[in-house]
Amino acid sequence: MSWEAVIGLEVHAELATATKLFCSCVNEFGAEPNTNVCPVCLGLPGSLPVLNERVVEYALRLGAALHFDVPEQSVFSRKNYFYPDMPKDYQISQYDLPICVDGRLEVDGARIGIERAHMEEDTGKTLHVGGGGRIHEADYSLVDYNRAGVPLMEIVSRPDIRSAEQARAYVTELRAVLDAIGVSDVKMEEGSMRVDANVSVRPSGVEALGTRAEIKNMNSLRSLGRAIEHEVERQIGLLEGGERVVQETRHWNEEDGRTHGMRTKEGSDDYRYFPEPDLVPIAPDAAMRERARASLPELPAARRARLVEQWGITEHDARVLVAVSRLAEYAEAAVDALHEGTAKDVANWCAGDVLAYLNDTGSSPEVLPLAPDGLAELVGLVVDGTLSRNMAKDVLGECLRDGKRPKQVVEERGLAQVSDEGALGRIVDDVLAANAELVAEWRAGDDKVRKKKRGALVGALMQATDRRGNPQLLNRLLDERLG
Amino acid sequence: MTALELAAAVRAGERSAREVVDEHLAAIDARDGELHAFNHVMADSARDAADVVDIAVARGDDPGPLAGVPIALKDNLCTRGVPTTCSSRILDGWRPPYTATVVERVLATGGIPIGKTNLDEFAMGSSTEHSAFGPTRNPRDPSRVPGGSSGGSAAAVAAGFAPLALGSDTGGSIRQPAAFCGVVGVKPTYGAVSRYGLVAFASSLDQIGPFAVTVADAALLFDVIGGPDPLDSTCIASARAPIAESVDDGIEGLRVGLFAELLDGVDADVAGRVHEAAGALRAAGAKVGDTSVPAAAYGLSAYYLIAPAEASSNLARYDGVRYGLRVDGDDAASMNARTRDAGFGAEVKRRIMLGTYALSAGYYDAYYGQAQRVRTLIIRDFDATYRDFDVLLAPTTPTTAFEFGAKTSSPLAMYLSDVCTIPSNLAGHPSMSVPFGTGADGLPVGVQVLAPALGEPVMFRVARAIEQAAPA
Repeated sequence: MSWEAVIGLEVHAELATATKLFCSCVNEFGAEPNTNVCPVCLGLPGSLPVLNERVVEYALRLGAALHFDVPEQSVFSRKNYFYPDMPKDYQISQYDLPICVDGRLEVDGARIGIERAHMEEDTGKTLHVGGGGRIHEADYSLVDYNRAGVPLMEIVSRPDIRSAEQARAYVTELRAVLDAIGVSDVKMEEGSMRVDANVSVRPSGVEALGTRAEIKNMNSLRSLGRAIEHEVERQIGLLEGGERVVQETRHWNEEDGRTHGMRTKEGSDDYRYFPEPDLVPIAPDAAMRERARASLPELPAARRARLVEQWGITEHDARVLVAVSRLAEYAEAAVDALHEGTAKDVANWCAGDVLAYLNDTGSSPEVLPLAPDGLAELVGLVVDGTLSRNMAKDVLGECLRDGKRPKQVVEERGLAQVSDEGALGRIVDDVLAANAELVAEWRAGDDKVRKKKRGALVGALMQATDRRGNPQLLNRLLDERLG
Repeated sequence: MTALELAAAVRAGERSAREVVDEHLAAIDARDGELHAFNHVMADSARDAADVVDIAVARGDDPGPLAGVPIALKDNLCTRGVPTTCSSRILDGWRPPYTATVVERVLATGGIPIGKTNLDEFAMGSSTEHSAFGPTRNPRDPSRVPGGSSGGSAAAVAAGFAPLALGSDTGGSIRQPAAFCGVVGVKPTYGAVSRYGLVAFASSLDQIGPFAVTVADAALLFDVIGGPDPLDSTCIASARAPIAESVDDGIEGLRVGLFAELLDGVDADVAGRVHEAAGALRAAGAKVGDTSVPAAAYGLSAYYLIAPAEASSNLARYDGVRYGLRVDGDDAASMNARTRDAGFGAEVKRRIMLGTYALSAGYYDAYYGQAQRVRTLIIRDFDATYRDFDVLLAPTTPTTAFEFGAKTSSPLAMYLSDVCTIPSNLAGHPSMSVPFGTGADGLPVGVQVLAPALGEPVMFRVARAIEQAAPA
């Protein structure tokens, strides 16, 4: 029997607002524990939440980007459960009336439905000390409430995803959209974007959904893919062995590559939602909705299509440029600054050496030591023959490392490529004279030997020109001399 | 002396605030051992605040309309650095790092917080017998309860410990004790006064309001504490005109409705006083008629679903993790459970359980959902009534102050003492209790004036007319 996987994803994205959802504490990652807190986000008796209007703006922008309906009114509700990192022992979230309903995202030609997106507050973080950091063996636990009250959007897809690969593509595209519209830092590793997966399987061709398991604790795109693949196999194994899938929450374990059922108490998922009486309904007016639409930048799919068409680059390169935060902006700024060369040259550098530098250093395009017009300058130096591609690679490395301009490096290192035919011709003659033996072997050899000997001669030429000789010219001159 | 007279004397430099405060502290010293109106007397900070007022006056500055007036604060209003207990063991040792908006406003207008008053634990109760620190006695008859939950604030004003007090009213917790102790008590329109810094019981019903000896003094304090507050999203955003100036504008031509459902089934002597007050209003130029708010009959049932439901959530945070009492356990869950078991009294536990049940999956619609629909019906019936009437008249309580222990064995009997006050909370409307003579037992009777949302100006005028006609 063949099986079909049915996957729905719940994505939590922390919103990159200056302050928290319901108070004016700073929203930042990595501050000293319990320094960004106040009576409101600590849930002290008598404190009251006040909605950060910027969060509604961000939600509306997301609504416009993902084709959501935004109802006239939405309301906050309380989700009640006890946990030490939740200051009020209830989370202010949205339940039956979320701000965004019925959206969608195109992923490689497939339309993935998005049931809803709602606003909610994040919890604090618990650190278990001793016992290997596990809650049951810990000596004691510490709680940091800096994250408590940080605004989140929870984006819940419909079960329209059919494979681990498609799940990764959906998250990649969603991340690019959130990044493009500027509402979130979308860093899975820092936890500013978290993904849970609802996974079930059913025999191919069957309409009814199978029993699903909810998979948590995936901290990267890679683990998301691995976890789903494992879970789908696990469920198929169970069903083929005559067993059934239990509806439960399962934890992905990165080390053993498996999902594990979590012990859950009966009835522990009754959150007793009710409308939050401390807040009034959210009713964005026409002006707010219009501002959200107007503030929408070009979205990733449109940008990729435009770059492919305008720059003549491959779909793959366009995808790389757009998937990395701000890299496409960097490339576009470099293209705007070009004097010589093509957009395609810029795209190649960006998708190659610049991206490699970003990955190695964890840096970001807007803070690169080489400004976009510097990259344009480099492209110009290759086109006008000053630098060979290999030399340019070297120069770019130094520019990124030391914050220099390409022309400055060329000057400092005397790197300008020699393209003087007369001068190069004399060098070729000298090299041939000095390597008469090689020349003789070349003349006597078959194709294989000739290739090898010619390579050695080119090497000697590069050495003789201090690697600055124009390679095309040197090759032509050599071929002419060898006849 | 009334608060208005005291403030005028202090502002004019005729009396020092320090002397006023010392007099009141002496009265507290003399009798609060017997009455237990206060959980905590703020003697030192009150004297310091009085000195600040006196220095301002000496410098020629005006400290504000409450200059030098001692004010008792219900102990569920946060006061920075001063214990705020809600009369519960679970807040043992907690000192808030911030001050409630209403208290800030009192301080900013020259008022002197003189102490934190006793209440039923977390404002859940109608007699102040559910305080973890023991009950308050009624100054008019120490064998009787002062009412609740703001029994300490009502008693403090009735005993002359302070001319003014603040309380909170979720289902009658200002008006009922005001009636029992023979003082004026006001529950403002929901949203007229900021709740920031009021420890929540039931958020959609809670309102802070004044206690005073006179209607004009109550208006003075209401004007100080009311108005928009960016820290409370449910607070009405637009400012409104002060009440104090119009209190004496008279009631000529106002339409006063006698609230049939609330006159039914209350003690005959109490109902009699309400009819007497109606007669006095007619004599003063008002048109009086009978009216009905049929859905109000379901008010008590709806209230005892909505208020516990919200309370079950609001009180979840007392878990031993961050502040107050902690009783250790084997893990976080057992620490939570032990702390809450040791820290909460029986009535609080009862309401948390009721509310948790009312919100549970499968019961929500039948209980919480249904109660909210009743609430909508009550508002609709009130709206219909207010097409024909400007204010309604009703008893504040079915009886006068009862004896200690009379209702503690039957929660339902205790709940029934709020039957007349609850409809206004459910509707979010203002309502106040004005002393009007005594019952057959010689204890004070309160007449309740109800008004539509933001109807405070007319409500105070009618209350003033009742006060003027009250039997000596």
